[in-house]
Parts: sequence; C-alpha cells; structure tokens
Amino acid sequence: MNRRILLMVPFAGVLVAGAGFLAMLEREQEGTFDPRAVPSQIINKPVPPFDLPGSPGFSSTDLRGRPIVVNFFASWCIPCVEEAPVLMALKAQGVPIYGIAYKDKPDATAAFLARNGDPYERLARDEPGRVAIDWGVYGVPETYLIDPQGIVRWRHVGPLTQDAVTAGLQPLLRRYA
Amino acid sequence: MIPELGHFALALGVALGFAQAIIPLWGAHRRDIRLMQAAPALALGQFFAIAASFACLAWSNVVSDFSVLNVAENSNSLEPLVYKITGTWGNHEGSILFWCLILTLCGAAVAAFGGNLPSSLRARVIGVLGLAGVGFQLFCLLASDPFVRLWPPPVDGRDLNPLLQDPGLAMHPPILYTGYVGFAVPFAFAVAALLEGRIDAAWGRWVRPWTLAAWCFLTGGIALGSWWAYYELGWGGFWFWDPVENASLLPWLTGTALLHSALVVEKREALKVWTVLLAIGTFSFSLSGTFLVRSGILNSVHAFANDPARGVFILALLGLVIGGSLLLFALRAPMLSATGIFAPVSREGALVLNNILLCSITAVVTTGTMYPLFAELLLGEKLSVGAPFFNATVFPLAVPLFAAMSVGPVLSWKRADLGAALMKLWWAALVAAVVALVMATRARLLPDLAMAASAWLILGAFADIAERTRLFRIPLAASGRRLIGLSRSSFGTVIAHAGLGVTVAGIAAMSLASSSIVLLKPGQVAHVGGYDWQLADLHDVAGPNYMARAATIRVSRAGSLVTILAPERRNFPVQQITTTEAKISTNGLRDLYAVLGDERDGGAVLRLHVNPLAPWIWFGALIMAIGGAISLADRRLRVGAPTRKPVGAVAA
Amino acid sequence: MIRLALALVAFLLLAGPAFAISDPSEALPNPQQEARAVAIGRQLRCLVCQNESIEDSGADLARDLRHIVRQQVAEGKTNRQVIDWLVARYGNFVRLRPPFEPSTYLLWGSPVLALAAGAGVAFFARRSRPTAPPPLSAAEQQRLRQILDT
Repeated sequence: MNRRILLMVPFAGVLVAGAGFLAMLEREQEGTFDPRAVPSQIINKPVPPFDLPGSPGFSSTDLRGRPIVVNFFASWCIPCVEEAPVLMALKAQGVPIYGIAYKDKPDATAAFLARNGDPYERLARDEPGRVAIDWGVYGVPETYLIDPQGIVRWRHVGPLTQDAVTAGLQPLLRRYA
Repeated sequence: MIPELGHFALALGVALGFAQAIIPLWGAHRRDIRLMQAAPALALGQFFAIAASFACLAWSNVVSDFSVLNVAENSNSLEPLVYKITGTWGNHEGSILFWCLILTLCGAAVAAFGGNLPSSLRARVIGVLGLAGVGFQLFCLLASDPFVRLWPPPVDGRDLNPLLQDPGLAMHPPILYTGYVGFAVPFAFAVAALLEGRIDAAWGRWVRPWTLAAWCFLTGGIALGSWWAYYELGWGGFWFWDPVENASLLPWLTGTALLHSALVVEKREALKVWTVLLAIGTFSFSLSGTFLVRSGILNSVHAFANDPARGVFILALLGLVIGGSLLLFALRAPMLSATGIFAPVSREGALVLNNILLCSITAVVTTGTMYPLFAELLLGEKLSVGAPFFNATVFPLAVPLFAAMSVGPVLSWKRADLGAALMKLWWAALVAAVVALVMATRARLLPDLAMAASAWLILGAFADIAERTRLFRIPLAASGRRLIGLSRSSFGTVIAHAGLGVTVAGIAAMSLASSSIVLLKPGQVAHVGGYDWQLADLHDVAGPNYMARAATIRVSRAGSLVTILAPERRNFPVQQITTTEAKISTNGLRDLYAVLGDERDGGAVLRLHVNPLAPWIWFGALIMAIGGAISLADRRLRVGAPTRKPVGAVAA
Repeated sequence: MIRLALALVAFLLLAGPAFAISDPSEALPNPQQEARAVAIGRQLRCLVCQNESIEDSGADLARDLRHIVRQQVAEGKTNRQVIDWLVARYGNFVRLRPPFEPSTYLLWGSPVLALAAGAGVAFFARRSRPTAPPPLSAAEQQRLRQILDT
C-alpha cells in the first residue's frame, strides 16, 4: 500500500508543477507575471531624498502638495520617443509632470524635447545616474506617481501607454487629487 | 515550390506519425504479428517524410529564398554559406522541425538496428516514439510552421544573430538535440516495458546501447555549449548555472544515473522500478527543457521565442506525454518485481549510492532553477538563485560521488569486502592526498578538494584496469593477454570515469587562473600570469557581413615569443550588433586568452587571462564521450533475443 | 502591444555596449579591497543583462553598480552593508545568492532533503525485497551433500 502511494508521487508532482506552469503562462499573457521585471522597492515609501540641477532642476522636497508624475527619460532612449505623445496628452489634461534626464547631455536633452515635445513642468538632469539608482531605476523610461505627501504610489516600467494611464495612473490621480 | 513541398512533407509526416503511433501499439496489444511488423516500415517512412521537409527548409535557406518568412527573419544574402545551412536550426521554428527530424531518426534507427529485439517490444517502442513524435510534428505544423510565406518578399533578410555565426555554436544545437531526443528511445523502452507488464535482464541489456548513444551526444552537446561560452563571451567563464544550462544538465544527470541503473537490471534484475522511472524522467527533463526555453517563463540569455501562446500548446503536449507515462508508471510499476538480492556493500550497492547522489544533485538543481518562478507565483516574492547557490549546494553532493566512483568498479557483485576493495586503491588515495597537500598552499579549500578528487578519479580508473588484469600479481605477459581480452565495456567505463577526472581537474585549475584588465598603447607591454603581453598594433578588418577592429598582441615568456593573438570587435550592420571575438592560444595545458574592449586615448582596453588546464575541461568531456562510444561498440550489446523456431514452417 | 513595448525596452537595455569589457581604471588601488569588491560583485545580479553578475556584465548600470560597490568598500563598509544597500533599492532579486530566511528554507535545505528522501526510498525498497534464506547449518550441509551425491 505504501509502495503504491510512493509510486504516485512523481505523477502528482508533475500535475502540481504543470498547474503552476499553466498559471504562469496565463499570467504572462495577462501581464501580471514577468520573470524579467524588477519590482520597485519604494512603492508606498517616501521619495528618496535628492537635489538635482537642471532647468530649473528640483529636489525631493518639491514633490509635495499635489500628485506629481516623475518621468525618467533620455534623448538616446528609443521607447521614450514612443511615449512622448502620451506624456503630452497628460500635460494637456493639466497633470504636472517632472522630468529627470538620465545620463544625458543637456543639449541632447534639449534637442530631444524640441523634436518630440516638452511635457515637463520642471526638468532636472541626473548625469551620473546615482539618483536613479536610489529610486531603483534599472532602465529608461520609467514613470512614477508621487502623492501630495511625497510618498511614491505607482511605477510604470517601459514606455507609458494609454492603457497604463487609463488603468493605472488615472484612478490614482483621482484618489490623491 | 520547394517550401510547399516541404510543407506537404511535414503534413505527410504527421499522418504517418499517427499511423506509427496507433498501428504497432494496437498490434502489440492484439498480438497481431502483421500489424507489429508494420512498425519498422512506418518509422522509416515517417523519417523520410520529415527529412524531406527539413531538406526543403535547408534548401530555402541556402538559396536565400526570402519569400519564406523564416528565412527572411533569420538569414541574409551576405551570410557565409555554412551559416546559411546551420541557420536552418538556429531559430525557433527550424529548431522544432529539427527536433522532429531527430525523433523520427530515432524511430528509424530502432527500425533498422532493432532486429535483435522481440517483435512485440520493438513494435511498442516504435509506437511510443511515434506518439511522442506526432505531438511535436503537430505543434510544428500548427503553431510553428517554418514554411509560412511572406509576400512581397523583402530584398534581403534580417540576418542570423551574429552570436550564432560561429562554428561552435552552429554545431551545438544538432549535437545537443540529438542527445536530448535520443533519450526518447530509453523512454520508449520504459513505456513499452510498462505496457508489456514486465522487465527482465534482457531489457536491461537492450536499453543500454540506446542510452549510451544519447548520453554521448548529450555530453558532447553540453560541452560544446560550455566551450562556446568560454571562447565567445569574453570573460573566461564557461558555466553560469543559467536556467537553460541547468535544463540541459538535468537530463544529463538522470541519464547518467539511468546508464548505471540499467546495469543492475541486467546483472541482478533489481532496481527495475528505479530504472524505469529514470528513463521516463530523463526524457521528461529533455521535454521540459524545450518547453521552458520557448515559453518565456525562464529568465535566461538563451531563451528564445518568448511566446506564451505557444507555451500553452507545448505545456499541453508535455502534460500528455509526461503525465501519461508517469500515470502508467504509477499503475503498472507494482507489476515489476525484483528477483535479485545483493548486500548493501557490493557493486550494486555502490550503484544505488550513485543513483541517490546523482538524483539528489538533480533535485537540488531543479529546485534552484524553479524556485524563483514558484516563489513569485505563490508568495509574490521576487528572488533570484544564481551561481553562488548552486556552487554551494552541488559541490558537497559531488564530493561523495567522486569518492564512490573509484571504489564502485573494484567492488565485486552481490557481496563485496570494502576493506579489500579500498586496499586496491591505496596508491590512488596516496597520490590524491599528496595533490591535496600541494594544492593547499596555492588554492582555496574547494579547488583543492576538487584537484584531489580529480587525481582520485583518474588513478582510480587505472586501478580498475590494474585489478582486471591482475597487474603485478600474475606475470606481465599474462596481464597483457588479459588486457587485450577485456571487453570494450570495461575500457569504456575506465575511460569515461577518467574523463570526468580530467574535466574536474580543469574546473579546479580555473581557480588558479590569472587575469588582468589593462589599458595599453601600441608598443606597451603588460605582465600577466608570468607572460609578457605586448600590444603591437590596432587595425581594421573587413569580413563578409561585418566590419571589425582588431588588435595584434605578441605574447612572450622569458624573452622568446610564444604566440600572437589577434582579438577583434565585430560590428554587424544588418542586425546592429557588436560582438567580441576573443582569441585563445592553447597548448593543451594552458590557455592564453585576450579580449579587445573599448579604445581610448590612442590605446585599447584589453582583458588578458592565463588559464591553466582550461582545455582539460572540454578535453575531459570528449574523453567521456569517447568512453561511451567505446562501450557502445561492445559485442555483447548486440546479442539478440532468442526466438522460437516457427513450428511447421518446413511444411510445404 | 505590451509584449512589443517590453521587447523594445529590452532592446534598448541591451543595445548599450553589451560586449564592452570593464575599464582598468575602475579597480581599487588596494588589492585586498579590490578582491573584496569583486567577491561582492560576483554575488550581485546585473539587472539589465540579467543572467550575469555585475562583475561580468558590460552594461552601463552594471558599471555604475560596480563603482558604488567599490566606493563603499573603500569607505570600509562590510559585505553585508553593501549588499543591504543594494537590496534596499532593488530588492532580493539583485542577490544571486538567495538569503537564508523562512521563504528560502526549502531552497537551502534541498540537498539534505533530497539525500534523506533518496536514502529513505532505498531503505524502504530494501525492506520489501525478498531476503536471502539463512545459511545452511552443518547438519543441513551434510544432508545436501548426500542428496547431491546420489
């Protein structure tokens, strides 16, 4: 009897594993399972303190009083071109967007904004990229939502899409307005 | 026209596959000799159909027919001819078709060389191979069709990934896949035995050559992949415990256990259940590896075709094949009864220990590879498990395995005297201890132990031969006669075990490697690892489909020139990728390794390595494969099954 | 669409000098500190080329992280502190050597568990195997010889 149970173990194990893989595949198609994604460590935590130069530049203490979208981008970043229209649309709706140019030269950044539109209320530059590391950024573009108390509430990795805005950003903007 | 013929041949193959799956199994079930004897013909027919299909795809690649989507995405007119051919299997669709090709080749091989098998077993084996094959062919035809047309055809193709335009990596997939898929034959043997309801000593003998053949190819394929990583990727590493690498190691570990376990089935008619489970398990790992690489679930540099939709199809296929066979195992295994008995201390006992250790290593590698996926799924936690984990957990299990590997072959069957056996190895132990002491001053504990283990393995292999030829205990001439009379299996065993020792030595010696990153201007010299490296010049090189920048490095030692290395950085304009071509000079005992990096301030950044015994890592794998091949040639493996003389056949 | 976007991001992240080797000027002047920095770096995953450590990867982010590791080692931080600093920003995913905590007990315990399971199965199987009959006594051996000789 014991022997029979033991012999069933491999089959049972494979069934469990198979169910697990099926769940992973389904979630991968939905977008909720991504083995390559690095989850953010600062969600629901205060913005890491920083003070960046730029035109005019800004610091962590400026991210207060109203919900602000912070967008890490660079002129050498191809998906950033893709998300420019979405950011411009957000700007048109009156959403304040602060931009941080990651590892970029100021004239290259200016040229990029001239070509693709400038959605930023304020622009800072993080040439060494250290502030981005404090935020846990691992590539550009990345977009964050900061609430009026200066707490990070949302992050989007990759170019911002209209779907992400509608499903993720807008509800939070309404919540923290 | 040709792609359509290929497409038709593929569909024909599927149809024949269904026939091959159903008819022989039905025939074996009904003991209908005619249906059973249809098996070889069906297997051969299916092989020719799939081979024709593959040939059509290869032809489309060779003539650069960009109206075929697969060719347009993965080839280019400027590509050298050899890479046009090897690019046939260098992408998802082509590699699946290649899988199907090897699977049908296995069926054809059983048809052609399985004449010594009783017809019901052969019919069942071919039938099961057909079942496994037809699933993959359907997947190919329905979800990964390489013959899809692209209209209008582009002027030129997207080019093969430059990393794949390399001799080592071109040959790595075919050899590796032959190994993976080759284990379908022992799998089929195991399922056939479960269907038949019995396993006997003869089964153990029949399954061995097929297992050996697959094992040789898998060993070669893995070694080739590792060697490619070493010379291509530029930092001298050769194994990263990357999930896809682990996926290839798992069937190798269980395949090795299977090889040894089958011996006990043959000698003692014991360990039947274990052996059958290993046979099913090895092929299951092969299949799972295929799934994981193509599903997008695994986080790996290797993973291609990240397509969850295809992943579901393959998962379903896997569920049927693996789940079905394991269910059959659970239901039928109790019918397999062991008859032989042996003492715990005996060669059989050593083989059981071998099984336990190899399977434990398999379990650890599987756990480490799957853990991040399941932790994220079930706990929502994002973890990663990398080389530090595997090195820390696998090595403690490998050490007792190495220790036992030299003792096992000198133990006698059924009941052995451990003390006497160890005495036969006293000189191997002595040399190993000396090596450990010598290394203790120059290396850390782990490499030190590994070197000692390597000496133990190599000398233990010699001790095995010395024992069989009664060296120094009988006149030398008599020993010589015994040596010549030894079976090829014995030679194979000894050579393969020694080969592993050679590989372990190579791996241990990498801890003694010296490397340095330097910025040199032309004319300047760097001193690394006891050699003087002088950058002679930097110049441009043009290739067929790339532009490159090359450095000429003169390497000398004590004033005399040893070699000249010319590493390159190649830029492939079509795919916009830059690859580094490290240059290696080897003399069999050490590698001199140079990589060219960025150029700055009139000079170039160079990464220079001296790797002692590095070539032994792959040399050892080659030796293991040769040992396996020699075992394969053993005459005893071709003994046929006794057949009854047909009574009354003489009557006219 | 999301897949395409992710692919684009991946392309972007990989399109950097993915095959550049690191710079000699990066190394710390003190060889022991450099060795410690390399040892720490080998345990940290590059988040861009994800199956390499930051020591081996040519990505920009890896280079930045190497600088940070060396900076902190030169300041005298312990290995633990350096790794914790990075984990605070990127999570446990950045560790190639998983932490030893309740969620990973099963992982780190797997070698022992596997061995125990294997040994258990082998032992179990031995118990149910037909045992050899006990050796013959002298009287029984005598009888056997008589039977065989007739």
